[in-house]
This record gives sequence, structure tokens and C-alpha cells, in this order.
Amino acid sequence: MIANGEPGSKTIQNTIPIPPEVYREMGLNDQEYARIVDVLGRHPTYTELGMYAVMWSEHCGYKFSRPILKLFRKYREAIEGSGLENAGIVDIGDGFGIAMKMESHNHPSAVEPFQGAATGVGGILRDIFTMGARPIACMNSLRFGNLDDPRNRYLFEHVVGGIAFYGNCVGVPTVGGEVYFEDCYSGNPLVNVLSVGLLKLEEVAFARACGPGNPVMLVGSRTGRDGIHGATFASVELGPDSESRRPNVQIGDPFTEKCLIEATLEALRTGYIVGIQDMGAAGITCSTCETAAKGGTGMKIDVRKVPLREESMTPYEIMLSESQERMLAIVQKGHEDEVARIFTKWGLNASIIGEVTDDGLVHVYDGQELVAQVPARSLAEEAPTYELDTEEPEYLARVQNYDLSDLPEPDDYNKILLTLLSSPTIASKEWVYEQYDHMVQTNTVVLPGSDAAVLRIRGTKKAIAITTDCNGRYCYLDPYLGAQIAVAEAARNLACSGARPLAVTDCLNFGNPEKPEVFWQFRRCVEGMAEACEFFEAPVISGNVSFYNETPEIAIYPTPVVGMLGLIEDVEKRCTSGFKRQGDIIALISGWTVDDIGKCHFESLGGSEYLKTVHGIVAGRPPALDMNKEKRLHQAILAAIDRQLLSSAHDCSEGGLATTLAEACIMGEVGAQISLSANCGPATALFAETQSRVVVSVPADNLGKLREICEGHQVQITVLGKTAGDKLEIAVNDEPVISVKILELREAWSRSIPEKMHSA
Amino acid sequence: MKFGVIQFPGSNCDQDAYYAIRDVLEQPVEYIWHQESDVRNYDCVILPGGFSYGDYLRTGAIARFSPVMNAVQEFAERGGLVIGICNGFQILCEAHLLPGALLTNNTLRFRCKYVHLRVENDSSSFTHLCRRGQVLRIPIAHHSGCYYCETETLKELEDNDRILLRYCDKDGNVTEEANPNGSVSNIAGIINAHGNVAGMMPHPERAVEELLGSTDGILILRSIVERLA
Amino acid sequence: MPKANVYVTLKPSLLDAQGKVVQGALEKLGYTNVSNVRIGKYIQLEIQGDGNLEQQVDEMCRKLLANPVIEDYRFEIEK
Repeated sequence: MIANGEPGSKTIQNTIPIPPEVYREMGLNDQEYARIVDVLGRHPTYTELGMYAVMWSEHCGYKFSRPILKLFRKYREAIEGSGLENAGIVDIGDGFGIAMKMESHNHPSAVEPFQGAATGVGGILRDIFTMGARPIACMNSLRFGNLDDPRNRYLFEHVVGGIAFYGNCVGVPTVGGEVYFEDCYSGNPLVNVLSVGLLKLEEVAFARACGPGNPVMLVGSRTGRDGIHGATFASVELGPDSESRRPNVQIGDPFTEKCLIEATLEALRTGYIVGIQDMGAAGITCSTCETAAKGGTGMKIDVRKVPLREESMTPYEIMLSESQERMLAIVQKGHEDEVARIFTKWGLNASIIGEVTDDGLVHVYDGQELVAQVPARSLAEEAPTYELDTEEPEYLARVQNYDLSDLPEPDDYNKILLTLLSSPTIASKEWVYEQYDHMVQTNTVVLPGSDAAVLRIRGTKKAIAITTDCNGRYCYLDPYLGAQIAVAEAARNLACSGARPLAVTDCLNFGNPEKPEVFWQFRRCVEGMAEACEFFEAPVISGNVSFYNETPEIAIYPTPVVGMLGLIEDVEKRCTSGFKRQGDIIALISGWTVDDIGKCHFESLGGSEYLKTVHGIVAGRPPALDMNKEKRLHQAILAAIDRQLLSSAHDCSEGGLATTLAEACIMGEVGAQISLSANCGPATALFAETQSRVVVSVPADNLGKLREICEGHQVQITVLGKTAGDKLEIAVNDEPVISVKILELREAWSRSIPEKMHSA
Repeated sequence: MKFGVIQFPGSNCDQDAYYAIRDVLEQPVEYIWHQESDVRNYDCVILPGGFSYGDYLRTGAIARFSPVMNAVQEFAERGGLVIGICNGFQILCEAHLLPGALLTNNTLRFRCKYVHLRVENDSSSFTHLCRRGQVLRIPIAHHSGCYYCETETLKELEDNDRILLRYCDKDGNVTEEANPNGSVSNIAGIINAHGNVAGMMPHPERAVEELLGSTDGILILRSIVERLA
Repeated sequence: MPKANVYVTLKPSLLDAQGKVVQGALEKLGYTNVSNVRIGKYIQLEIQGDGNLEQQVDEMCRKLLANPVIEDYRFEIEK
């Protein structure tokens, strides 16, 4: 219930009920409508209804996911404690902090891939610089269907083009990421974009509206009709009419965004910006009520003061518009002109649209007419949450118990290796990253192609490493374990680069949560991820949920993408994945011990790329994970890198040991002679995606010290062979199984995607 | 001696050039806002890379009308040293301080990678620390790096030793395969008739530290410093 | 309000890489009778005021809208 307004201010006394078709079309159900009536003490105006519909959608309000997200410790602490201050910022010492966040733009990219991906980049960048951090890098995790389908080639090409278009123009290097190709993503491409920013901890900006009387300023682009109800578009499945929803996709303007970055950071340095928030989903509605809610204040604005790009826009449209490249700044009274001048200098609009109040309400005026009067908290923080049903999917037992014991051994292992290397998921992604400027800002120390990207922090001896990881197939076969592996693998990639994990951001991509099997997958993934993040001491500090990634034909694999940030204390002590020279010793360092290795129970081909690509089977359990053993492995690798013993370190993942060796040879342009002993068949020894393993190369003189480190950390080291010649030769139990020229491996690996995209 | 790095709305590599001059070459350097009308106090003016005005309409087409460009023109006429890198090169061509134009890469895609460059002119203010025929390893990052000029212009450039750098392979062979964008005669950088204005598509300011992968860019920037000394 | 329609095209002697790719794509769609594709720009200006509009638009083209080194232009004014 809200009280009547102060004497002199108007109050809305709307008692006309809104027809159910109208609010249901906006995505609200009957209970939610009733709740709105209850909160307001009357029926809502059309504008108010629109505001509630976007803020209470899953995309903005997390109505389905919030109960589960509380499994992430920091999220829980933030919700229950002091609010989401400093959400997404990690202290890296020397007074510096790193802001990190990842977001999805899946639905827009399915409909208009270029602009969908471009505006995805724009959105995540704004999330970073709104905190007062200069964006210093982007990464992306992309998933598409099989490239033999022209529609998937179209989506792939234009998503990459869109990311390049926006990221390059805005001057933020795109330094890496991952691309997966699986049938389940056909029609449901996933476009997850991550960004990191650098700031001085004393300069963090907050998204709160403080100080009643302070002017509220809208800066950036003009407002048009872009993306109205974009948030609700993201909250439903894609159907045959999704193409006709094209007007919902916004157009990005990276030039304006670049100017906005410079102007915002410059304006923040004046000290006169009390609070600032970027405008993404739900535009002005979201930024006004969220900043007011966080500040414990209210706000009154006049939509007539919003600079518009189109004629005759209604208050409803203005409040819901998702026009890009806009921010909301709360400025200290008396300093408006100084702040506005900075934005104007950069060619941007800066208009005062209202002021902060102290009544906890958001008043929206259309000139003299009051069109909305809503408690800020009810919009921003009190979206109803739902406990959805979960039910273990019926496919799970069937696929997990699939009998893999009778799999025939292949005739020609060379052919298999070449097939795996040319499988687009494993093949070289140079076709992708050559389109991204990955060097601008001159901080990129490890370029795309290695296990993680490494950026030096100017003014310190430090460097940060970032990686994105998720094997959706593993999560399909076992959501809990698959999500744990995503975290373990990210930490392993960081360790191979010489970085200690600090924090995680996530992008949780799932199908329709209102289906109990899907929500079960979601719950189990979050449980697995939360436990692993605690274990590896890399808490989830920010993230994003994307539901409804399914069409009537197919739902995506559960795909909880992990973005992990690590710290390298001394940038000179970093490591990359390719072999470096002839004559180095190649060794396998594994968390599994002698006792384990004898048993073979953890070495299975379940969920492997080999099983899918060669046998057409997606079944079995994902490879086993023992987090203690995995952590010891990371610590051993980090110790070895710290002592500068290693020439290279490359983690074993998709494609198994043979693929890892082949990649290291290709990158190092040098051959290798390898001898393996195995208790399982050669195919398993070569292609199983057994966890907790890293292939290293070391100068012979360092082997002794490396052995000591491994013993000290209780991890197993097995010498496999040495770098030599121009071929990769592997013998399993003294039986030669692989002998391929590096040039041939390289051709298969590097030509695959360009040939499929007809631009070899 | 003082360097000036011009900042247009949309310039991205201004900071990179600034750090290279200040921290690696240890020379005084300042930013010059594009609205400035006077650059007399500088000894060398750098037009950095980026996407001035978003590359909208044509790359460099709008930036060339910034007030500072009049000052740059006068500065160049009086013999001041000017170097345009990537977008800077594009702006200098649009402003007719250098001949020719930069077209979209023949691959139609943005390309970011290390390339090899053969030094063609080793006496210019920008390359005198190099040897003719020397191979430099410097990165490119551009969508519109395909240098084009008419046949008579090309002959004039060749006859007067005005081509500074050509794309080549790691052994210094100027081949079609080594040409990353379709530039005529594999041209990566040129100078004007007077020899004081240079334009190059590759980014020397990105090749100034071992940490970043190459220090060959220092040869170009230090050539300028030593010429001014 | 008068409108000016400006057409900017690459000079005929220049390689139009984009045009070539589009021609190939049309061929794949079955249009094998398309021999030459050139891609240019269409710029629409809403232009007020008195004075010689033709002369003004011509100047705009020469100064900014087209690069005479590589592009040709033509325009028409709709009153």
C-alpha cells in the first residue's frame, strides 16, 4: 500500500482493471497482476504495467533462477546483506581492482546475428565502465549448430562479424574465448560475451541514487523505439514467429559507445557523479528504480525531457525503450553544468530528466501529467520468485548406463587424429580471432591460441589471465559433474598460464525452466558450480542467466559457461601451451596417482569428442573428477612455472591426450616421439578426455627439479618422450599407432573452419 | 623535443602511442585534442590508429575536417615531422597530405596479425635506423588497409624512393601471399615528396616491448627521435 | 522539404571485392546471367534553404560524401 502523496503533488487514482489478455501478452500472470494491484492499492496505469512486466520478467527479475542462484555464496551474501555493492570487482593488490562480468545475447543473435552480437558486446562493456573501470579486454563463448547447415554458417559468420564490428571500433581488445559446434545449438545459438575492466579501488562508482534534490541526468544516445519488450522477448522460447519480432533487435553504435566510455570515465574523475548506472534491459525503467532502490530513495522524472530520436513516443515507449549507448547519472546538485560539458565535448547528449526524492517512489511525468507512481523497491527487488518443479530427466539413466565396453578399436589411428583435429570444435579458431583486434591497448602478452589470455597490468609487475570454459555435452550427460568440470578446467587453464584463480563470472544457458527436467538440470549445474567455485577459491562474483534457449524441435545442452580470472604475480613468470624447441622432455603431469592409474575406472570415452565424431554416440558418463587431485595438480604446475622450469604447459581436454600433443606440436612447429603405457585400449589412451592432466615440456636439466615438485604435491609425473623431428609419433605399449607429419596435422587443424566457411 | 598525439573522437591507439613515446623512448609527449588550432610547439605530430568517427562514411573522411588538421597542414608545410599510423594514415590520405587512398581489405574482413615488412627506404626521418632490405616484424590490425593509387602516382612514389615499407615474407620476399590486404605493390607505408610526412598501416607502437612480442617498432620511432635531436 | 539523392560508386577501374562476392552468391542462387556487380552508397539528404541546391550538393559530394581519388558520384534533387 502506498500513502497519498504530499500536499501539492498529484496521486494516481486509477481503478480501471486492465484486461488479462493485455497483461498476459506482456508476460505477467494473474497472480502477478493481483500482486501489483495489492502493492499499488489500485489498478496500474498502462505505463506502470509495462514497467512491472519488464522488471518482473525472468530476464530482469530472475523470478525463476533467484532461489537457485542463492547457492552462490557471494550472491547470497549480497542479497541478504548490504546490497550488491562492489558486485563484480576483485582486488588484485597494488590498489587495483578488476571488474568482470559476462552476459548473454542469445535470442537477439538467433534473429539478427550481427547486431545481436554487436549489442551484446556494447551491453557488457557498459556494465564494466559504469563501475568506473576502463574495459581492457573482452572474450566470448559461442555455440552454433553443425557448419554443414548454411543457416549455421550464416549465424557463425555474422556473430563473429558483429563482435568484431563493435569490439574493434570501441578499442577494447577481444583476446580469446571458445567456439563449440553441436547439433543442439542449431536454431539456438549461444552468444556469451565477457568483459574485464581495470580500476583503482578508491575510484569505484556506485549505482545508487543518493541525496534528495540531486539532478538525474540521462547521457549518451537519443532514445528511440528499439527493443521495446526485449526483456520479455528473452523470456520465451524461440518460435516460428520470432523472425517477425525483428524490430525488437537493437542496432549498436560503437562510435558513440567509445565516446561514452571516455566521457563517463572523465566525468567520474570530477567526483561530482554520486551514482551511475548503464541502461540495458528495460532501459530507463530499470536504471531509475534500481538506483533509487539501492539508494533507499525515490526519483521523479519527466519523459518529455528525454532526448528522442523518433516522433510521438508515448511515455510507455520511452520508459521501456532499450536504445543502446545510454547511461543514467545522478549528479551532485550545483555541478550539473560541469558534468554535462564533458559529455557534450564528446558529442553526447546530457539532459537532466528529473531529480532524486526521499519518498521511495518512482514518479514518471509526461509534462504535467503523472503517468506512473511506483515504489522503487517493489520493481527492483521484490519481483516474485517461484520455486519451480524439478524432475530428473528420463534420458539421463539411459545415456549414463550406455555400454561402451564393446566399442571397436579403429583401424587407422592417424586418420582418427586428423578427423578430430579438423572437427570444428577442436580445429584452429584463427579464422575467428584474426577478425578481432586482440592487441589494442598494448597489454596483451599472451595472444589468442593458448590456454588462457594474459594481459599485463601497466604500472605493476602483475598480469591477469582469463579463460572461458564449458563442455555442454558433459553437462547433458551429468549436469552436476559437467558444471564442476567447467570450473576445474578453467582453473587448470589458468594454472597452465601461471595464474592463480581469483574469481568467476558465469553465463548460465538453459532451455525452458518451466519444464521440470530443464529446471533439474539448472539446479544440478548450479550446485556443481557453486561447490567447485568454493573449492577452487574462485567465488562467483557476477553472472547472467539465459533461459528458454530452445525451439519446438530441440533444446540446448545445459551450458553453464564459466569465465575465470586469475592472477600472475610476476608477468615474466607466465607459460604458454606450444612446445618451444627440439630436444625438450615431454611429460604428463596428472592428479591421478599410481593407485588410480592401475584401475582405469576413470579413463572412459564417455562424452568424448572421439565418441561423438567417430562413432556418432553421445553417451556414457563424463570423465571422473576428484577435486582434491585436480587442485594438487594446479598447485604443482604453478610451483613449476614459478620456478621457471617449464618450456610449455597445455591442459588435456577435448580430443584427449593425442589431440593435446598434436596441438602442442603444431603451435611449436616441432615434432614429438611419444611412448605411452596403458591398461586400456589404445583408443582410450589416446582420445579419452580424462581430467586433471597437463602435458608439459621441459629442458632435460630441469626434469629432476620438476620431479621433486610433483612428489612434493603428490601428483604423478610420467615422462612420455621428447620433442624431435617433424612428425608426431606415438606408441602405446610399444605398439606404434600414430605417425603423422606436423605439416599434415597443421593443415587439417588450420584449414577446417576456413574451408567450411569458403574462405580458405 | 616534444611529441604530440592527436585525439580524434574514436581514436583508440592514442594511448598506446603515448605510452610508447613516454615510457619506452622516454621522450616528452602530450595529447592534442582534435579541436586545437595550433601545433607549433611540437616537433613531431602523431595521428594514431583507431576508428575516428567510427569510420563512418569512409575511414578518415570526417576526421580530416577536424580543426586540428588545418594546424597539421601548416605544420607539415613548415617541415614539421608527421606520422600517421593506421587510421592516421587514412586521415592523411583523405586530407591529401599523402597521395592515394586506403580501401577495404581484399579479404573483406578485419585482419589482426603480425606481418613482416621490408624496409625500402633507409634514409627517411622515419627509417634511417634501418637498413634497406631489413625485415621488420610488426602487427597490423585493420579493415581498410588496401593502399591504392593511380599508376602515375605509383611510378612517382617508386622513382622518388617514397615507398618506406612493403609487406613481405619472413625472408624479405615481396610476394602476393605476404600481402595481407591487397595493397598495390605490397605497399605498407609511404612518405610525401618533402620526406617529412609518413603514413603506415602497421602499428609500430605495438612492437616496442619484448613482452608484447616484438621491438622492431622502436626502430621507426627512434629514427624520429634521433632525426630531431 | 527538398531531398537530394546522392549515389556514390567506386571508380570503374577499381577492384570491387564485395561486388565480386555478391556476384558469386547470386550465381549460387541460380542467377547465372549476372555479369558485373558494383556496390556503392546511396545517401539521402533532407535539405532546406534557398540558394543553388545543385551547387551546394555538388560541393558536399566533392568535399565529403565522395572521395574523388577512388569514387564517382551523381545526384538528383527532388523538390
